[in-house]
Amino acid sequence: MPLLIPQLPKGPYYGILAEFGTPADLYHACERVRDAGFTRWDAHTPFPVHGLEGAMGLRRSPLPWIVLVMGLMGAAAGFGLQWWVHARAYPLVISGKPYLTWPAFIPITFEVAILFAALGAVLGMLGLNRLPMHHHPLFQSRVFERVTDDAFFISIESWDPRFDPAATGKMLESLGARSVELLES
Amino acid sequence: MAQTEAELLDNPVAGRPTLILRSPDFHAITDVVAEPVERRTPIGWWLFFIPSVALLGLLGGAVSWLFWEGIGVWGNNIPVGWAWDITNFVFWVGIAHAGTLISAILFLFRQKWRTSINRSSEAMTIFAVMCAMLFPGIHVGRVWVAYFMFPIPNQMGVWPNFRSPLLWDVFAVSVYGTVSALFWYVGLIPDLATMRDRAKTRGRQFAYGLPALGWRGSVRQWHHYESAYLILAALATPLVLSVHSVVSMDFAVSLLPGWHTTVFPPYFVAGAIFSGFAMVLTLMVICRTAFRLEHIITLRHFDYMAKIMLVTGTMVGYAYSTEFFTAWFSGNPYELFTFKNRALGPYAWAYWTMVSCNVISPQFFWFKKARTSIPILFVLSILVNIGMWFERFVIIVTSLHRDFLPSAWSYFTPTIWDISCLLGSFGLFFTMFCLFVRFLPMVATAEVKTVLPQADPHGHPAPARTIRQGAS
Repeated sequence: MPLLIPQLPKGPYYGILAEFGTPADLYHACERVRDAGFTRWDAHTPFPVHGLEGAMGLRRSPLPWIVLVMGLMGAAAGFGLQWWVHARAYPLVISGKPYLTWPAFIPITFEVAILFAALGAVLGMLGLNRLPMHHHPLFQSRVFERVTDDAFFISIESWDPRFDPAATGKMLESLGARSVELLES
Repeated sequence: MAQTEAELLDNPVAGRPTLILRSPDFHAITDVVAEPVERRTPIGWWLFFIPSVALLGLLGGAVSWLFWEGIGVWGNNIPVGWAWDITNFVFWVGIAHAGTLISAILFLFRQKWRTSINRSSEAMTIFAVMCAMLFPGIHVGRVWVAYFMFPIPNQMGVWPNFRSPLLWDVFAVSVYGTVSALFWYVGLIPDLATMRDRAKTRGRQFAYGLPALGWRGSVRQWHHYESAYLILAALATPLVLSVHSVVSMDFAVSLLPGWHTTVFPPYFVAGAIFSGFAMVLTLMVICRTAFRLEHIITLRHFDYMAKIMLVTGTMVGYAYSTEFFTAWFSGNPYELFTFKNRALGPYAWAYWTMVSCNVISPQFFWFKKARTSIPILFVLSILVNIGMWFERFVIIVTSLHRDFLPSAWSYFTPTIWDISCLLGSFGLFFTMFCLFVRFLPMVATAEVKTVLPQADPHGHPAPARTIRQGAS
């Protein structure tokens, strides 16, 4: 069940968790962690902080492409259903009109396209985020409970090639972390 | 992308007024929103909930009797084949529209004040769509064959007619309900995680943790999440405009004078937003006082909503006059008769109720005093709710009751079961809304936190440093 269990390699530590005081502190720390060349790391905030994905060096989300494909599939399915019903399965002359009255099929084609695209957006977002996930090593931390309230964190995972329990912790402290915590895996 | 000081000063966001008063910190926002969900059920809640459930019971009784006895228990009869059933349907689906306008359209226009009210308006949307979906479902009479409305392979090999606006309506309203629920749920995920992390008992932790899906506020997650939210807003915007347009085509595509008008789609959409904002105002006036959210849902929010009502109400008034102009200009005697009859005939009382509530009452909103006075807002919002219900009644019943042949003319009077169904639908709506404010955070805390000044990593507390370092 890849969606339910975090895909993490084995090791003694999950990684290191550092708390920062304000969104601005976190923002500048993220820029430095990014510039130091770390790759397996993340920041955690109670709300989306503007521009933080840039400070972390994240690439654009591929979600719009998923939505586009789903939307086109929905449009095809909606139009196809109506064409099949009226021109193939049960051809019936209604108001003397041709079987394939495509302008009359536009509203439902549109609605089904929107339905598929919206489902693609939600399920695609959950899939890209590996949600639902029933547990994560970060939840071991007591301070991490406040990530959905008012606390800002950086977590660096132990299988990052540049990770070193002592040196990485020192670096985060030098970036202004309030507290640094080593988490078991 | 480096910002210069001049660009920062040009930034329209910098000069904007504060949206949240008393400058709370992030934790204070979480506390004030989570508190009503976590404390013991207050007496005041029961005072709303018990009458709502009683009305919901009335709906259950009325609908059961309708199923047992048939559509004859209502006052509908030829030529008035549609009456309160479809009036209620259009009324409720219209109310729903304001929620989507606030959550999607104002989001695309970057109207940050929406964050205080979007959660509860979206909830209102979903509950209003539930009420709306009830009426087409039960008005078919033989509900056990209601599945004929859907393209389901059946033993007769018969399919629905996809060229009919009535079927477009089935698709439009079901898709609208689904997409609204998805949008609402996606917005709820971070706040459900907040409730999970604040939970004192294992049971609450599980109940909120399960729908929170293991959300951990990671920026890699927020990144996809914000993309999904923007896309859903962009999808919901044309959807909401299409839904009431399709509802209006139920009438406009027919050949009946009074219904057969091209102005209907924009006119219906404006009316829908108008009525929905009235309902949002009614609910927010109650909620902000009951849950002490005066610093989150401020008078500024009411001021903005009242302005939107003034605009849409005046658009509706313009549509009323356009209908009369078209009736006269068309030179069609049937069309002209219908509209003269609407304003001066047996239903003139309903027509002028509609005009006074929908066109005259919002004109008070030209004045800032009225836009920022809670009692005036409350009274006017109720009047608009009444007026917009009458608008649908006027459109449906006055166009039907004078058929082409005078021998078929009649006058519709509601029965006790018509009234029970309408009151009962309010019971359903308020029961759902009471449950919502009791068990879910009624303000989008994660979003409200983003409009606090300290949430901006570049603006607080030392903007000069940010300019030098540059931002992406």
